[in-house]
Amino acid sequence: MTRVVGTRLRRPEGPDKVTGRAMYVADDVPVGCWWGKAIRSPVAHGELLGFELDPAFDFSQVVLVRAADIPGVNVVDLIVDDQPILASDAIEHWGQPLLLVAAADQATLDAAVRAIDVRVRESEPLLDMEAAEVVFKEIVIDKGDVDAALASAPHVLRRTYHTDSQEQMYIEPQGAIAWPEAADGTVLVRGSLQCPYYVQRALARALDIEPARARVVQAATGGGFGGKEEYPSVVACHAALLARAAGQPVAVIYDRHEDLAVTPKRHPARVRHATGYDDDGRLLAMDVDVLLDGGAFTTLSPVVLSRAAIHAAGAYRCDAVRIRGRVVKTNHVPYGAFRGFGAPQVCFAVERQMDAIARERDLHPATLRKRNALRLGDTTATSGRLEESVGSEEVLAKILERTGFEDHPWCQPRPAAGRKRRGAGFSFFFHGAGFTGAGEVHLKAKVDVRLAADGRCEVHSASTEFGQGTVTMFTAIAAEALETGPDDVLVVEPDTGAVPDSGPTVASRTCMVVGGCLARACRELRARIDAHGGQGAEGSFRERARAFLAAGGDGRVEVTYASPPGLVWDDERYEGDAYPAYGWAADYVEVEVDLDTFEVSMERFVSAVDVGKAIQPQLVEGQIEGGSLQALGFAHIEVVGTKDGRFLQDRMATCIIPTTLDAPPMEVLLVEEPFSHGPYGAKGVGELPMDGGAPAVASAIEDALGISIDRVPATPERLAAAWLAAHPEEAL
Amino acid sequence: MSEHEFEVNGVRRTVSADPLRRLLDVLREDLALTGTKEGCGEGECGACTVMIDGEAVNSCLVPVCQVQGARVTTVEGAGLESVQEAFLEEGGAQCGICTPGLIVMTRAWLDTCEREGRVPDEAEARRALAGNLCRCTGYGKVIASALAAAAEGGER
Repeated sequence: MTRVVGTRLRRPEGPDKVTGRAMYVADDVPVGCWWGKAIRSPVAHGELLGFELDPAFDFSQVVLVRAADIPGVNVVDLIVDDQPILASDAIEHWGQPLLLVAAADQATLDAAVRAIDVRVRESEPLLDMEAAEVVFKEIVIDKGDVDAALASAPHVLRRTYHTDSQEQMYIEPQGAIAWPEAADGTVLVRGSLQCPYYVQRALARALDIEPARARVVQAATGGGFGGKEEYPSVVACHAALLARAAGQPVAVIYDRHEDLAVTPKRHPARVRHATGYDDDGRLLAMDVDVLLDGGAFTTLSPVVLSRAAIHAAGAYRCDAVRIRGRVVKTNHVPYGAFRGFGAPQVCFAVERQMDAIARERDLHPATLRKRNALRLGDTTATSGRLEESVGSEEVLAKILERTGFEDHPWCQPRPAAGRKRRGAGFSFFFHGAGFTGAGEVHLKAKVDVRLAADGRCEVHSASTEFGQGTVTMFTAIAAEALETGPDDVLVVEPDTGAVPDSGPTVASRTCMVVGGCLARACRELRARIDAHGGQGAEGSFRERARAFLAAGGDGRVEVTYASPPGLVWDDERYEGDAYPAYGWAADYVEVEVDLDTFEVSMERFVSAVDVGKAIQPQLVEGQIEGGSLQALGFAHIEVVGTKDGRFLQDRMATCIIPTTLDAPPMEVLLVEEPFSHGPYGAKGVGELPMDGGAPAVASAIEDALGISIDRVPATPERLAAAWLAAHPEEAL
Repeated sequence: MSEHEFEVNGVRRTVSADPLRRLLDVLREDLALTGTKEGCGEGECGACTVMIDGEAVNSCLVPVCQVQGARVTTVEGAGLESVQEAFLEEGGAQCGICTPGLIVMTRAWLDTCEREGRVPDEAEARRALAGNLCRCTGYGKVIASALAAAAEGGER
């Protein structure tokens, strides 16, 4: 029995958030701070010729930073060194930073920006990913003899699916404040960010200083969803270069327009399926081709592709699987990390393919899922065996029992009733927790816990809180492992000057990986205190901790992550145990479609999710509901289009996300199939709820209208076109 | 520049500012009340919601000259405690950036319900909070928080 894990703690940082005292980066601008901004490319492809400075403006009152002024390497540190901090000659995308400007106040900065003209030679941009020639990364997964299995399969279905881009739309735009080098040689940056150590490495290389001299502190962060994984390195480098030039702290705070226009979004995808199956709909062969538009620079695309490829065959058992994935270079603004990280795109495709097979075989989609779902002991597309913590059957059973979907005559002819049609849809999916393959082994995530003088236990980690509940979840795990109450735990602010590198706060890894290290560290600390004072010694935890310290006890424990034994991964062949554990889920959606406006109204949403163990059920529900609504938005209302390499939706008025009125009532059914190497059985939950909403909505619209939905978002325009193509008699 | 006199959270303030300066900037920069957030600067997200004489507005769309003589209430003001408590208890605040706006809007909604003798329910809450975007929660726990605050009655 757990005492704190599984209960409902209030967020330790909650009181600051509800009273407005929480300090986000723009709330805490130091006195004398300057303001900085990037001058950006007005074209998607071309060559930078130079800048024309209006002689009528007094440039002595501002500082300018050009590519040549960068003391270190002119590269945004990530995976491949192809993205310059500032373009020096070649321009690869619209909005690419070319020159930095800072001034003592906003008005002077605005005037300076107006007084600078960029001279470029424009060339033809490449904007069609199908025509791209530069491949950032290709991945092939091969299991069994796919060609033979396809040739001998009684039925083969070939279809192509598309998903458009999507904006993270954290409500707090990107921002960072940098201080010039202090007397001890340290450069300080405070920012809205997910990954302090990513920013530290980027600063060290740009400024040519030791990493330890770049101190990065996370301010309160108003949402991330992956959008603050890689881009804060760009903002921080800009601010730090300007602070170095100005000799003053410099704030670079984006307004919403700039944020929407230039920061990375979800990769657009085209996914082709050729699936062989028998009369009963059993999968015999899956041949999947995934193409992602990476935009102009590599950013995190190879890793996004990796997750896309590994999840492309869905949560299904099949002995013959071939997955070929490519992410290619275009002249679009670089695409990057967004919750789900490649999985929502391929999950949409495979789930729609399963529905299409169900229609072909006249099977209920739920029956088809149950017949093919991966179970304990099965092997995944990468031939990894599922040894434990597989909640697939339980999530399916739970959601079907709750919704009665199996009795719903999905896509069967029904008497047409008026201009509003109702439909129900379904999806079944999984998501790997933690970094892929040997990622966690290479990363060696660290956590340390220290007894403070007052006997409280301080938790030091680089894992950041940006709404998911990291601080609360860590408090619960530490209190549980220390066998004390949450008040004896203090999770300190992520500051690279004070916390070890726990790895980035991404990839559904914080609870399972970092939380697991934390539990180990706290158990060790507890054992030390017990050994000193004798078990059952009198007094509160803090009293015994203080006695332990007073007697010279070592109150600091550092733990480095150790992968579960027996995991095998071959990165060359993309074969083996891709993840230590998977979260499993099924979504159910009811919609109503208006045949005059083609507006889709979400009437009901139910999700059954296996998280291993809900360390804090209220937080887990919040993650599932919030992630699911992002997925529903992705399905039908969130449009991100481009023209000539620019995002068309570059203001909040046009780049819409769901409101309270677009959100259906949501019901979460938690399943806990414990994972022996996760803390108290917990796996990941952050990304999983982003994967299944879009195909479930498409399935429900298909049920309502009888037309195939092979692309999201299923906007009213697209639905109207598909409906009128099927019902030419209704055309005006 | 001109002088603008108004009340903020029960305190009379005089601010010297361009009459077209946004109330949002005056609150955050001149009066150091940074609880009011800027999410979009064009009245779409509701993060900058404050009350002017009891009416909820987007402070990014209000020039300071329009609040001359008015009563402005921000998230730092009094009378919001039961709403704040409800958001803490029901998990209505996640990353927290939209939370101040939601809390002020919830208070304004409950006050309106009370004034007009309407019973706060879920459908009303969804309509009232439709102008406040939240990307974390899916709104379920936001609505639950607003209804929990309503259940506290008119107590402040």
